[in-house]
Amino acid sequence: MQTPTLFALLLLLVLIAYGTGFSRAAAAARGRGGMRKLAALPSYYGTHTALWCGLPALLLLAVWLMFDEPIIRALVMNGIADMPDTMAGRDLLYAQIQNQAAGNFFGEATPQVKEAAERLTHLRGGAQLLQTAMVLILSLGLGAFAMLRFSPKLRAREKVEKVFRVILIGCASAAILTTVGILLSVLFESLRFFQSVPVTEFLFGLQWSPQMALRADQVGSSGAFGAVPLFTGTLMVSAIAMFVAVPVGLMSAIYLAEYAGKRLRAVAKPVLEVLAGVPTVVYGFFAALTVAPFVREAAAAVGLQASSESALAAGLVMGVMIIPFVSSLSDDVINAVPQSMRDGALGLGSTHSETVRKVVIPAALPGIVGGVLLAVSRAIGETMIVVMAAGLAANLTANPLDSVTTVTVQIVTLLVGDQEFDSPKTLAAFALGLMLFVSTLILNFIALHVVKKYREQYD
Amino acid sequence: MNTMTLDATGYSEPANPQTVEKKTVDSQTKVGETVGAPFCDNAKLKMRNVNVFYSETQAIHDVSLDIGRNEVVAMIGPSGCGKSTFLRCLNRMNDTIDGCRVEGDFTLDGDPIYGPKVDVVPLRARVGMVFQKPNPFPKSIYENVAYGPKIHGIASRRAELDEIVENSLRRAGLWNEVKDRLDKPGTGLSGGQQQRLCIARAIAVSPEVILMDEPCSALDPIATARIEELIDELRENYTIAIVTHSMQQAARVSQRTAYFHLGHLVEVNDTETVFTNPQHELTEAYITGRFG
Repeated sequence: MQTPTLFALLLLLVLIAYGTGFSRAAAAARGRGGMRKLAALPSYYGTHTALWCGLPALLLLAVWLMFDEPIIRALVMNGIADMPDTMAGRDLLYAQIQNQAAGNFFGEATPQVKEAAERLTHLRGGAQLLQTAMVLILSLGLGAFAMLRFSPKLRAREKVEKVFRVILIGCASAAILTTVGILLSVLFESLRFFQSVPVTEFLFGLQWSPQMALRADQVGSSGAFGAVPLFTGTLMVSAIAMFVAVPVGLMSAIYLAEYAGKRLRAVAKPVLEVLAGVPTVVYGFFAALTVAPFVREAAAAVGLQASSESALAAGLVMGVMIIPFVSSLSDDVINAVPQSMRDGALGLGSTHSETVRKVVIPAALPGIVGGVLLAVSRAIGETMIVVMAAGLAANLTANPLDSVTTVTVQIVTLLVGDQEFDSPKTLAAFALGLMLFVSTLILNFIALHVVKKYREQYD
Repeated sequence: MNTMTLDATGYSEPANPQTVEKKTVDSQTKVGETVGAPFCDNAKLKMRNVNVFYSETQAIHDVSLDIGRNEVVAMIGPSGCGKSTFLRCLNRMNDTIDGCRVEGDFTLDGDPIYGPKVDVVPLRARVGMVFQKPNPFPKSIYENVAYGPKIHGIASRRAELDEIVENSLRRAGLWNEVKDRLDKPGTGLSGGQQQRLCIARAIAVSPEVILMDEPCSALDPIATARIEELIDELRENYTIAIVTHSMQQAARVSQRTAYFHLGHLVEVNDTETVFTNPQHELTEAYITGRFG
């Protein structure tokens, strides 16, 4: 039986097990005169049976799927007489065998491959049969075992809750483990990068020109991996974006939460949130085709020289993109400030604006800072707008009318196209990623401390 | 009318319960005109023919009442009878509620409270308010008290502000408890201390009238007793209107008591008269605990 079919069958079994457990418990309850006589509600008995029936079988299936390919491969390759020496050669040979077995081998296969392919097909068939049998036996056996163990005194709820707690812990750790995994993979690749480029050059170098020679005699064979221009570019674009997004977002939030009527609010808030739903590519070409030329002409009108792709254009559009993050979150936290705070301030003779400025906003500040932080991380991580509107030139400049580039944009350009994954050029992307990760981490850390310190708790 | 005795707790019982039970008193009983003495000679606040509507529902029906200078007026009545609504009219806190409409004449020392030319901000500085649930701002104790003087520009120098804060906290009976931790958050105080902080915050702007909306309902008996003492002391300088669910409290702190019933002002009289010799059968039914 194919794995998906087996999976579906297993699900069906689980449903049946639930139904059986449920009805058994319900019948037992009727026989004894009411639910109170059972140690748990029938749905818990159902879930209990279903878990016995489904969970171990599912785990077996998962483990099987993880390990059957490597085992089959080892068995197939064992029988081969003249084994290639290199890893790559073995991979190639096995790929040939697989293709032969699947029937899409080009050209004439060697007898050795043909024979191995037959063995592969044979082994796979056997494995499939064994898998189906074991999973079904486990499922039915444990399901029956659970039914046999049924008694009205069985504390089904406690057992079910224990299992679900383990499942919850598993889900929580999956997210954490993924983060750790990403961090480690980025870290190791970065370490490889730092073997060819010194850390100090990467951190403090002022030149970014990530070229590596393919041949020793190539022109321009020396690359420069100084990340400073990228980080200044990122900082500048993000700063411009925050300069737009924070005041506009915060003030629109204040208007919506404190001044706007109910009906206006009901319309305006979703419309503002639509901004967050516009794909960043659309923002990107809006920035490149509309805002950037406008910035250039405006600069020319006041006698300044602006490049056609400028940090200002990208930052402005990115700021607009981020407005809903700031405004929507701030609006929520402002609304969460209890009415009694406002009443207290108004009752002392504050004007509406004094109430907002001196009582409501300070009370909502932790949440507002949270919203702004989220916006900052969006700004730092944003790529598309910058690719299209700010350019690719790694200029070290403080002039927002110049074209700049950001860390994320460089990561993209380093990894786009055909690349060797062991050249410093591609590994540089991981080092940049690591830097980005670390700096946002530090940013979050600082902000958390600031918020904790200046938090004004209301209760 | 029965003769009543006022016992030590201020809770009164009819001398002859049997006579009372003969009367059928329920929420259908006619209210009629306000009985007793709603008006006084030395009035600080005058309210005439007040009607309040929440959208279509009428919450207050034609209430007229005076609140005298340096007097504590208690407003009692069953839940939903409109006493809080009425109290909130006096410094226009009802303005913040959507769909609330207030009719009638209100004057504070002859100055109108409602009207197109009246600025609500100075009005609320003259008529302060203490709320049911202590609502200190999430700021330090000092900043809580200094908030009002700051926004009204009462104190120009730091020393003056310090003085106002200290005086207000002293008058609220909180100074000794908090003088060493003025920079700690006001929300960290106990419930009773928070409420006294709110009172200090209200008197820091030197209002003429203080409105209290069930100021002790969230407090334990000891904190309640402390605040009641405080109300009695504050009477020397301020006019106080207090809404309370506790008849003992009304009896203890007030000079006059107003009994509200379903949006009508049923009876106003000297507190002693209301609790010993109520003129209206609804008042009597309420204070003897037969409904409410």
